[in-house]
Parts: sequence; C-alpha cells; structure tokens
Amino acid sequence: MLEIRDIHKSYEGKPLLEGISFTVREGETVCLLGESGSGKSTLLRIIAGLEEAEAGSLWWNGEEISAVPAHKRGFGLMFQDYALFPHRNVQANVAFGLRMQGLPSAEVEARTRAALAMVRMDGFEGRAVAELSGGEQQRVALARALAPDPRLLMLDEPLGALDHALRKQLIGELRRILHDSRKPAIYVTHDREEAFGLADTLMLLHGGRIAQAGSTAELFRHPVNAWAAGFLGLGSLLSGVVLSLAPLRVGTALGVFRVSDCARAWQPGEKVQLLLRPREARVFAGQPEGENQFTARVRDCLFMGENYQTELRVDDYSLTIQTELPLGVGADLVVGFPPDKLSCLEAE
Amino acid sequence: MKIKTLLAGLFTAALLTACAGQTPAAPAQGAETRELTVMTHDSFAVSAGVIAQFEAENNVKVNFVKGGDAGAALNRLILTSLSGKPEADVFFGLDNTFLSRALENDLLEAYEAPALAEIPESLRLDPQNRALPIDYGDVCINYDRAWFEDHSLPLPQSLTDLTKPIYKGLLVVENPATSSPGLSFFLASVAEFGESGWQAWWQALKNNGVVIVSDWERAYYTNFSGSSGRGSQPMVVSYASSPAAELVYAATPLEEAPTGSIVADGTCWRQIEFAGILKGTTQRALAEKFIDFLLSKPFQEDVPLQMFVYPVLPGAALPEVFTRASAVPVRPASLDPGLIAERRDEWLRAWTDLMLK
Amino acid sequence: MKAKRGKFWWKALLWLLPAAFLLVFFYQPLAAILRLAFSARLAGEGQSFQPAMVVETFGFTLWQALLSTLLTLAVGLPAAYLFSHFEFPGRKFLRLITLLPFILPTVVTAVCFNSLLGPRGWLNLGLMALFNLSEPPVHILDSLPAILLAHVFYNSSLIIRIVGGAWSRLDRKLTQAARMLGADAWHTFWELTLPLLLPAIGGASLLVFLFDFTSFGVVLMLGGPRFATLEVEIYTQALYLFNLPLAGVLSVVQLAFTLLVAWLQNRVSLPRYGKAAMSSERANLRRPKTRAEKAFTLAVVIMLAALTLLPLLSLVTRSVVSLEADRGARGEVQAGFTLRYYRELFRNTSGSIFYVPPVTAVRNSLLYAGAAMLIANLLGLLTSYALQASGRLGRWLEPLFILPLGASAVTLGLGFVMVFRRPPWDAFSFPMLIPFAHALVALPLVLRTLLPTLRGIPDSLRQAAGTLGAGWARVFREVDLPVMLRSLLVSMVFAFTVSLGEFGASSFLSTGQNPTIPVAIFRYISQPGALNYGQALAMSTILLLVCAAGSVLIEKARLPGEELF
Repeated sequence: MLEIRDIHKSYEGKPLLEGISFTVREGETVCLLGESGSGKSTLLRIIAGLEEAEAGSLWWNGEEISAVPAHKRGFGLMFQDYALFPHRNVQANVAFGLRMQGLPSAEVEARTRAALAMVRMDGFEGRAVAELSGGEQQRVALARALAPDPRLLMLDEPLGALDHALRKQLIGELRRILHDSRKPAIYVTHDREEAFGLADTLMLLHGGRIAQAGSTAELFRHPVNAWAAGFLGLGSLLSGVVLSLAPLRVGTALGVFRVSDCARAWQPGEKVQLLLRPREARVFAGQPEGENQFTARVRDCLFMGENYQTELRVDDYSLTIQTELPLGVGADLVVGFPPDKLSCLEAE
Repeated sequence: MKIKTLLAGLFTAALLTACAGQTPAAPAQGAETRELTVMTHDSFAVSAGVIAQFEAENNVKVNFVKGGDAGAALNRLILTSLSGKPEADVFFGLDNTFLSRALENDLLEAYEAPALAEIPESLRLDPQNRALPIDYGDVCINYDRAWFEDHSLPLPQSLTDLTKPIYKGLLVVENPATSSPGLSFFLASVAEFGESGWQAWWQALKNNGVVIVSDWERAYYTNFSGSSGRGSQPMVVSYASSPAAELVYAATPLEEAPTGSIVADGTCWRQIEFAGILKGTTQRALAEKFIDFLLSKPFQEDVPLQMFVYPVLPGAALPEVFTRASAVPVRPASLDPGLIAERRDEWLRAWTDLMLK
Repeated sequence: MKAKRGKFWWKALLWLLPAAFLLVFFYQPLAAILRLAFSARLAGEGQSFQPAMVVETFGFTLWQALLSTLLTLAVGLPAAYLFSHFEFPGRKFLRLITLLPFILPTVVTAVCFNSLLGPRGWLNLGLMALFNLSEPPVHILDSLPAILLAHVFYNSSLIIRIVGGAWSRLDRKLTQAARMLGADAWHTFWELTLPLLLPAIGGASLLVFLFDFTSFGVVLMLGGPRFATLEVEIYTQALYLFNLPLAGVLSVVQLAFTLLVAWLQNRVSLPRYGKAAMSSERANLRRPKTRAEKAFTLAVVIMLAALTLLPLLSLVTRSVVSLEADRGARGEVQAGFTLRYYRELFRNTSGSIFYVPPVTAVRNSLLYAGAAMLIANLLGLLTSYALQASGRLGRWLEPLFILPLGASAVTLGLGFVMVFRRPPWDAFSFPMLIPFAHALVALPLVLRTLLPTLRGIPDSLRQAAGTLGAGWARVFREVDLPVMLRSLLVSMVFAFTVSLGEFGASSFLSTGQNPTIPVAIFRYISQPGALNYGQALAMSTILLLVCAAGSVLIEKARLPGEELF
C-alpha cells in the first residue's frame, strides 16, 4: 500500500502541488485527473523518485521511502511517449528490468515471453522498435514496465498519442491487465473517458490540491464544485444567486430555478452555479410556465447515433442538451429542468 | 526577428567586402606606370621614402612578394620557374649557403652592374655576375652581458671553448635543417673542424648540454636570457647586429646594449645576401635599374637600420648605433658554395642523427 | 519522365558551383604540385626516397594524434556532461572561453603557451618566486607533453560542443525509464547513454584526430626539432631540403590517410537511432545538488579554466606588462603596467615600407574573412543540397569535400603559387584569391555544420508544403530556411573566424602589402628587440579580442541543445 503525505512542490517559484495526500491500496487503480500543467506528471515523478518534493513524505506499507533512490523503489513507470530504447529490439527492451535484477537468463527469457503474452505481443520479440506502430509500442512499453513485477505501477498518459478507436480498444485491455495483475496502480490523464473507463478511485487535481476523490459514480453524481462538474463534462453551468431557502430558489439570467437536491446549506445572496445536465432537459413548445423553464433558440442539432445533441442559445448563453428527436435549427422552444434533476454547486 | 536582421546584416557586409576586395589597388600614376615584381625573403625591409624615390624616378610601381625564409623563397622560385615564367622579375635574398643551388638551377640572368666595380672582391662570389652582392651580415653567438658579469665568466673565444664545462647548458642553437642562422652556425663548425672533425665537436657540445630548438624566434625569445623573453640560456646563435637592434628597439632608452656578440676568429659565419634578375623576366630594363638602385647609396645606407645588416658599398655611412653596439668579425668562417651544395643534405642528415636521436 | 529529367538538371545545377570550386582551387593546385614533385629533375640535390623515414614519420604522426585524441576525450567528455546537465555561475563565460582556442592561429598559441609555461613564463616565475629558486623548474616546452597539451587546448571545444550538444538533446525520459527499471548510474550510462551517444562521440573523435594528425604549427613551435609529423616533414623537405619527390610521397600518404579517416567519420556519425533518441525540447539544466555533483562541477571547471583561460590570460597580461625596467639582474622581474606596446603598434618607427598599421591589418583580416565567409557558406549550402539530393552517392562523395583538411598547407600553397601566377589570376590582380583559399579550408567545417541539420528536416514537412501548392522556392523559404538559419549563422561565424586565423596555405599567396593580423604578428616576432616582442604580444591580444567578438556571435545564435556539427 502506498501512502502519500502532504506533498508540496513548486515550479519556477510558483506553487504547483500544495499538500497532496492519498493512498493506493492493493489491487486498486487510482486515476489522477487534471488539466495539463496541473502537476499530475510531476506528482507521478515524485512518487517514482525521479524528482524531489519540497515537503512531504512517501510511505510504503508503513515504511518511509522518501529517500530511497528511484532505481531501488521497485515501482514501474510507463511513460507518455513510451520511451522505448531505440537501440534495442522488443525482447531486449522488455528484458531490461529483469536483467538489472540480475536474474538468470533462462528466467529472464521466460518472463519476457510471459510479459509479451500478457499484452498480446507474442512473436514480436525480434522486431526493432522503429518498426512498431503506436499501439504496438504502447503495449511493449507496458510489458517492459510489468515484466520486473513492480510492486506499484504508474502510467503517465499512456494513451495520449493514439487515435480514438485504438484508445477505446486499449482502455479495455488495460483494465483487464491491471485487474489480472492485482497491482496497485496510479493512472494519470487529462482525458475523462480514460478515467471513467479505468479508475476504481478517481481523483481530481486542481489548483495544486485534490479537489475531489471518490468512486466514478460518486463524482459523476455529486461533483464537489462547478469546476469539477465542468472538467468532468457533466453538463452546462449557469451562474446564479441564491434567492431563498426551503425550498432553495436560485435566480439566474434565464429565470428562477427551484432546486430540490442541496449538497449543503446555502445562504441567501450566495453566488452559485447550477449544473444543467444534457440528459435531464425537457423540451416543450409554447411559452415558459413558471420556474425552471426558459425559451431558447436552436443553434445546431447533430445526430449522435443514440440521440441528438442540440446546441441551444439564449442571448449570449449557450448550452447543450440531449434529445430523442431532432429539432429544427432556428426554432424557438421552451426548455425545462425538473428541480430534482438540478445540482446546485459552489461557484469556484 | 533578431536573427534575421543579424543574418541580413552579415550577408550585406560580406557582399560589400567581396565587392571591395575586387578593386585592385590602382597606382597613383597614370596609365604609363609599369610594374616590377621583386621576390624577397621575410626579413626584407626598406624605408618607404627610399622606395618611393625609386618609383618616382623611374615611373614604376614596385610589388614586393615575401616568400618565406631565405631557403624557402629560393625553393619556391625554382619550383615555379620550372614551368617557364618566373614568379617575379628580381630576387633579393639569396645567400651564400644557397648560392650554388640558384646558379645550378639556372635561375638568374647575368648583369654587369656598373656599381660592382667598387665592391670588394671577397664579396663577389659569382664571377659571372648573375648573383650580385647587396649586403652582408654575420651569424655570431650573442651573449647576455649582465649574466656574464654576474657570474664573472670569461667569454668563449673559439668554437672549441664552447665545449668547456664552465659553459655547460649555456648555449642554445637552432636546427640547421629548419633555420637559416642555425645552418650558418653549423657550416661555421664545418669550416672550423673540417668534414671529418665536426661530428666530434658537436658530440662534445651535446655532452655539454647544448639546447636545440627549431627556429630563431624560439631561440631568441624563449631561450635567450638577454632578450625580453628572459630565458635560461645566456648564449644564443643570432646575428652580430642583434645587439644594435636591441638598442634601437628598446622599450625604455638604454645606454648600452644589453647583449653583445662574440666575434672571435672562426666563431662567426659570414652571410652575404645577393640579388639577381630572374631568368625569363619581361622587365629586363627595369630590373637592371632596380639592381642599380640596390647598389646605390640611398638604399645601401638604408639597409643597416632596416635589416640590421652591413652595406657592401664601401662609401656607405653606418648609423652610430651600429658602430656602438655591433661588431664585425675579422675572420669569419666560410666554405666553398659548391661544396655546401654537394654535401649539405648528407651533413644535415648526419647532424640530425647525431644530435636529435 | 519529364520530372525525372528535370530533376537531373536540377541536381547538375546544384553540383556545378561546388564541383567547379573544388576542382579549380583544390584539385588543380594539388595535381600541379604533385605532378611536379614526381617528375622533377632538379639539379644539384640528392633525391632519396627514404622509405624508413616515411614509415617512421607516419608512425609518429599517428601515435601523437592517437594520444592527443584520447587526452582530448578525457578532458572533453566530462566537460560535455557538465555543460549539458548543470547550471552554475560562470557557465556562459566558460563556454565562450573554451571555444576561443579553436580559432586561434598557432603562432598565437605558441606565444600563449610560451608566456605561461616557458622558462620565463608565469608558471616558472611564480614557482621561482614561491620557492626561491634560481632556475625555472618546469621544462614543458620542446617535448611531447607540450604538443599533447596544445592539442587538447585546441580541440577540446570540439568534443564539448558536438558531444555536449548530442547529450543535452538525448531524451531524458530514456534515462529515467532505465532508472525505473532498476538501473543504477553506471548501468544507465553503459547500457543506454554510451550506445546512443556513440555516433556523436565517434564523429567528434575522428574530427579531432584529423586535426591532430595534420597538425603543423603546434608541433614545429612547441615540440621542437625532435618531433616531426608528416606535415612538418613535408614543410622541411619541400622548402628547405628541396627533396620534392619525398615531399610528394609524404603528401600523398597524408592525403590517403585523411580520406580514410574522413570516410570512417562519415560512417560513424550516421545517426542510426537519430530522432528516436533525441527530444525536441532541451532538457532543463539544474544546479548540482549532491556533494558528488558539486565536487565534479568544481573539478571540471578548474580543469577547463586551467587549460583554456590561463594561457589566454597570460598572453593578455604579458602584453600590458613591461618586464623591461631592470634587465640587469637575472632572476629579478621588474613588472610595470604599460600600454606602450599598443601605442607602438600605431607608429612606424623604422619607416619601413612594410609597416602595417594595426587598423589596416585588422581591416584586411576582416575583409578577407567576410569574403571567405560568404563564399564558404554559399558553396556549403549548395554542396549540402547537392549531397542530400544525391542519396547514397552523396555519402561517398562527402569525404572528397572533407579532403582539404588533410592536404598539407605547404603542398597546397605551392600548388596555388604554381597555378595562379598569370594575371588576371595572380595574387596582385586578384586579391580575392586569398579568401578563396580561406574558403577552401573552411568548407569542410561549414559542411559538417550544415549537412546534419539539412538531413534532419523530415521529407514529410516538404511534401506537406508541396501538396499545399508551394513551389520549390516557397518551400525553401517556409520550411528549410527557418531550420537552416541557425545552423547557417553558426557556420558563417565559424568560416569567419577560421579565415581570421588562417596562416598556412594562404601565406603563399600574400603579397606583403595586404598583410593580415597573423602575418603582422609573425613579422614582429621574427625580429629582435623588446618593442618588437611586445608588439607581437599586443597584436596577438587584438586578434584574440576579434576572435572573442566572433565567439559571442556564435553563442547568441545558438539554439539551446542544437547540434553544431
């Protein structure tokens, strides 16, 4: 079990990580999700031992490992652009870590083959690295990281360089491999699709801190603040002000909204953000009746296969909703959100 | 942006310089000006005024080409003359150690200059007057006055003296294969001890710690203690006129030259410098005029302070510093130029084997 | 069909100028002098071939070049590591200083070393004062160590820049990956860094070897008469002993060996793993943290300072210090600060026609250097494109352009004199002859700078521009030029500074009336007199400053981590 306590790090004088703490348990895949530049790769390198934190400590199974050099930590790291050794073939790349452990060559060979089989690259032993496609390189890099049987596996945006279809396919495979190996793993990415597909625990990194940590379902249903909701792509955000409590009423530029699900106690006059999830929108013709409804014009309507993605516009505010049926571009219609499907979130 | 302007600037500058380099230096005179090319060795020097006089009187532009050390310049001339047209019209700087080589390779045309009549017989080594003597100097050992005074050591009075233990490690000489004064000193030793005797003397020198360097610059400025280089050896093979040069080019005015030359019999080698008209020249008449000029008083009197050698013209006046600081050996060493030409290669190889291996 | 023929004519056009230049200014003089050497019947001299001597000289040349190269690597590799990994105070200054020796003419180097290590140099003077000695204790000059030291002084900058450049561009992720897989520092270096740097190390070493192999001034002036490399022997045989056939044989041996080494270097420096191992961003430099790192930094900095800064400094200080005051007592040095030597430079005390005002010498040098720079780079650019376009044939032709590095200055110089003698091609009517000679010497270096950069431009970039409808001129401007610009600037300044210090073949073409700075220096140092010596030092310092200005330009143009050669 890996424990990270209160890691601090600054970059070029400005604070980057301010007090990061979390744990990774046996068999758990933790996903660190954050924007580019949020420090997630740096955090990974600190855990790996390739960079030093300015404050804080790292613990493994109760023992402090902050001072242990990188090559002795027994952690595996898979790099963003794979960093395969160009002067060695696939076999030599994968066997590298095993050789560094000083294992007998028979065992090295056997385990190399096993690792390649695990990533479904058997038969590729003799190939040169330059001949491999992106997906193949990624798999070899994974095999290389796994072969020495590390006690923790870290993956730094491993699917970043691949195209969409390949990425979808590999997300599935990675999940399978990670589960089969039962290793604790930390997966760093800025792509929420990857995060949703792989994580047992999802952690949002923002402003140098962990904004929210929990299961994917939890984050999905109860984002901690407006930023989290926006980053996770849960829906459109609408700024407003709390008008009254019990029931909670929020006044916005589009009208007044009643919200039944309150994450916490609010004060009248507080600035909030309403989360308008695309799936919860109801569309009517005619005029808005009372609260939670407003008129909008259809800007665009795209067929997405399962449903239609419609972009609506009200003055200079735009939002996206999902509908079963197509809507005519340019048409005016009334959009409504039921009070129990709205979330009232802290403005950042 | 900055790089682009810098690059543009460099390109423009280069273009301008390329264009500027194209225009050859045009002489001030009119289209009538003829040109005379004179090949000299690197040490050649003459007052601008003296040359200007000659140029004005004869309506000619004199182009000087410095071809290297005396031997180098000669060999270069021979090489280029092999294809017919010589590189220059007149050659100045042939010395007696190389005389035979020049004559045997038929490099020069004979010219009976009228001034020759006044010049002492001993200096006119070419009876056919293809090579005409212009100046002479002596290669002698220079010594550091102060050092010898400090150590109360007597000056060596002969070449043999140099092998005495009291002079151990005090002499620096130049490699005769690569240095003109070095060669001269070596030839002096051959003249003194004979063809079968010089080896023994040099061996004795070697046992007595003689220091050998490649060229005069090193010997004089690095090893010699009497020069600004402040080296460790108080004796160096240089020119009899070097002390005069030290006086003339002293950084702060000195009363007496800090160095002196040893002019005892047989210890110096007389170097006579010759000039000649190169065979195949198209400017014969001008070349003759130039030779006359070289033998004329203005040039002959200019020679001491420019090149620190002595004029051959008996009537030429010597500058005061010369009589003060420079000395002329009464009996300098000399050898038959034909013998030198024949044996030099062999001697030098033997010397190299003896002294450098 | 039409495209193919069009392409052929394009290639031919590209090759036209460089081929013509090389043929006229290199192969023609070479052929002329070699033909003469082997056919001449010259009167009065014993012509002998002395095969034993040839072998011995070749052996010594090889031996000292090998030793020098190894020593240069020993100094250069740690320095390359230092500069590519660490940030420390004075880093930029030290980088500048380490470049200076490369562009110094040997006559100045000899003076530098003399003023530092000579019997009356600062080292000996200091030791004598410290320990109250009467004799200088250190005798380094006129020995093999002096030659080796001077070679290291000259060429360590090549290792530092070529290997350092490659090292700083080596993808740090690779070393990090190795560490994560359990490799400690040694294994990381041995398994990863060394194999990936081998092309750079190999290429740099062979270049250094070539320079050491053809070394002349250093051997002659600092080694003394006991040591003769092929180059020195050619000089002696051709110009003093007049044994032309022997000089010719030696020249051919040197050329053949140079060709071999140039070809080897071509093969070794092919980037096999090229772009895969190099990242496009520069890895960050950091300050040394651990005690070991700090000690390493200090040690390397001291070594570099001692090797490069000290000799240069000693020259400069000697030019402003008067050791004249009391010439009487030996062992006593009366020092006084003086600018007299500089003042004297501007006066023609002797009235000689050959007096060169320093401004004129500097101007001449700069003019020639400017022209040489333009010629060398124009030709270098054309040649690079021509070689690139010729594919595999280009790889075989490249050594032919590197060959001028290995031609003896004497051979080439004499060849020049023989070929360029008639107006309008002789040195008087065509002063541009000298820049052409300089350009010839600079061309190999220009080529080694531009070619790797050109080869590094991916074809896909050009093709992409092409499909967007850009003609070749547009492609050149939009794709090639921005990438080549940096390299071009570097190679221009290199050509410029090489020309400033050139003192070999081109001295055969100088007419005595347009001397350059090195020629002026040599004039002063070949005459007795304190003033002459002082002026030689002062002129050398001026040359040093001009070279330093050129170096600053190089540093300004450098992209971080960009490979220079």
